[in-house]
Amino acid sequence: MKISKAVLFACSLLAINVTAVEARDLTVVSWGGNYQDAQRKIYFEPFAKESGKPLLDESWDGGYGVLQAKVKAGVPNWDAVQVEAEELALGCADGIYEKIDWNKLGGKDKFLPDAVGDCGVGAIVWSTGISYDGDKLKQAPASWADFWDTEKFPGKRGLRKGAKYALEFALMADGVAPKEVYTVLATPEGVDRAFKKLDALKPNIVWWEAGAQPLQLLSSGEVVMTTAYNGRISGLNRTEGKHFGFVFPGSIYAIDSWVILKDSPNKDAAMDFIAFTSKPDNQAKLPEFIAYGLPNIEAGKLVPEKFQAELPTAPDNLKGAISLDIDFWTDNSEALTQRFNAWLAQ
Amino acid sequence: MSVLFRKQMVSLALVAPLLLFLIVFFAFPLFTMMKSAVSDPVATQALPASTNALSDWDRSSSPTSEMSAAFVEDLRQINDDQLFGDLVRRLNSAKAGFRTLITKTRTAVKATAGPIDLTAVDKRWADNSYWQVIAIATSSTITDRNLLAAVDLERNSSGAIDTIPAGASANRTILIRTFTMALAVTAACILIGFPFAMIAASVEGWRRQLLLGAVLLPLWTSLLVRTAAWFILLQDTGLINSTLMFLGLTTEPVSLIFNRVGVVIAMTHVLLPFMVLPIFSVLVGIPKTLMPAAASLGAHPVRAFLAVLLPLALRGVISGSLLVFMSALGYYITPALIGGAKDQMISSVIAYYATGAANWGMAGALGLVLLVATLLLYVVYLRLSAERELKP
Repeated sequence: MKISKAVLFACSLLAINVTAVEARDLTVVSWGGNYQDAQRKIYFEPFAKESGKPLLDESWDGGYGVLQAKVKAGVPNWDAVQVEAEELALGCADGIYEKIDWNKLGGKDKFLPDAVGDCGVGAIVWSTGISYDGDKLKQAPASWADFWDTEKFPGKRGLRKGAKYALEFALMADGVAPKEVYTVLATPEGVDRAFKKLDALKPNIVWWEAGAQPLQLLSSGEVVMTTAYNGRISGLNRTEGKHFGFVFPGSIYAIDSWVILKDSPNKDAAMDFIAFTSKPDNQAKLPEFIAYGLPNIEAGKLVPEKFQAELPTAPDNLKGAISLDIDFWTDNSEALTQRFNAWLAQ
Repeated sequence: MSVLFRKQMVSLALVAPLLLFLIVFFAFPLFTMMKSAVSDPVATQALPASTNALSDWDRSSSPTSEMSAAFVEDLRQINDDQLFGDLVRRLNSAKAGFRTLITKTRTAVKATAGPIDLTAVDKRWADNSYWQVIAIATSSTITDRNLLAAVDLERNSSGAIDTIPAGASANRTILIRTFTMALAVTAACILIGFPFAMIAASVEGWRRQLLLGAVLLPLWTSLLVRTAAWFILLQDTGLINSTLMFLGLTTEPVSLIFNRVGVVIAMTHVLLPFMVLPIFSVLVGIPKTLMPAAASLGAHPVRAFLAVLLPLALRGVISGSLLVFMSALGYYITPALIGGAKDQMISSVIAYYATGAANWGMAGALGLVLLVATLLLYVVYLRLSAERELKP
């Protein structure tokens, strides 16, 4: 009987260990790569110093299921997370985020209208578009038609793996005007048309998933041009002296937001952190490292002249660019992704 | 209390940690996964009145006013946002467009207290196909939808099983590819691992330590690091291609990355230790006098190998093959980084449904199909090895 008592004792010890709630440091999650390096420098480290408490940062590659699973598991191990617009819309409807305290942020009218939500605060305005190595290409590509033209520009192309963006770009390459893209894509014929256009380029496509990958593909010469996030391109040009170009006409811009996961034990600290990153003078430091547009209107004005021209929010860059249609993608993401995966596997 | 009973209790207590571990970390998750693949309670839970109202609808006549009244009532009653989110996801997964439709309708319903004309809120409510999806979703709390979809089948409007139109889904292709790739990697591991294990078993002292170290050292390195290293080696401007071009063997880089060749190379390297170690452990137990004995009886080395060494070492080869094959089936990182679009294995599809679409039913169903297919192969293996042992 002694042995079973010992086992019982060991089991109860184990149980105590599991249930004991550990005080966890504030954990902030963002997109990694040179973007997160910049955030660490201007947000994470100064905030840790100001609050006097350590701040952990992790990176992720997106995926709504990841956040949903964390919240449904009970107490999430992440607090503040930077999400794409689609994840913001889905999660806010499902109630997996805490509501934002706009008083701490100085009021909704201090931000771009699209950056204000019940569950999220805009963090950056970013663009996806064609990027190329200016040192290797004598003539720069100017449009999606050029991206598809393998005779004029021989070599492989990088595209983000997924239906989102690839279908829009294919339609623009097929001659659809940027403003008409989502109207065409909403019809079954439009979807067929996009896939048919992708067929033509398929043998020349290298698919990437994480935002740091296209930079690597472009640097190594594995691809001659690729879709990429505009901020990372200008960031790399500045830190490594590259001459990568980014084509704004035909690019698609969207807003990424900070959210706080439901029932986070560091809810208040996370809110303070988001408020810290949204202060005009803190946010205005970002474009020096990475060329993303700023949702805080005051911060946008504080950005030095020389960095203004590279931002997706600059008036010249907005010409011919379109905004990502969140409603279209929350409705059609699953069906189109399934079809896209089937198309990839053929 | 008899002595026997006490003894039994003591032995039970001794294995209790193992049993608990198996139940908590193996049986329970497996059961949950299987359950999520077939259970479909969301719509019935969230729409109780509609469940009743839709149960005797023939699914072809136009929707009745009772149906829409019941549906409006249900929408008004849902206060749990997470339940509502699950409902939306369930319906939108069956028919794209439901997400905006239901969210819009819910807002309109909550704004008024009385009855409401759904077709005035959105004209899609006049479309039968949306009501059919709700009727199917509320008809039962268990479903074979996910399991069928996992092997590219679906139920058509009359309820018969039908194949999903070509181009809409590729689960079957990817499942077959997963098994072919795992087989190719296993074959490559045998071809490289067997001679390697033979050499390692035939030498002694520091040479053996060196050879075994060469196998074990990579095993202690992270899988991600090894895959990333292969990425650097295999790329067009990588070490392998620049050496080939320097030696003048090729003028253009051989394409080794983003295709099947690269994935098989990298996976073979990663899984090689699991083949070498079992074969080695069997080979060191075989008396070294056997091969010279065969030679003294006049056998050619090849014949001696085939008739003496190979049958004795086969046990190691088979357990090594099983280890490699089973691990290769679940590979995710290596095909994702080294492979092209046509080299993705089933785990990447499972990962999409779990982490991307939050569709746990589909993720569970695909996992279940993979598990059943693997078990079937294992049974075949058991039958084959049993037959072999019966032979004298």
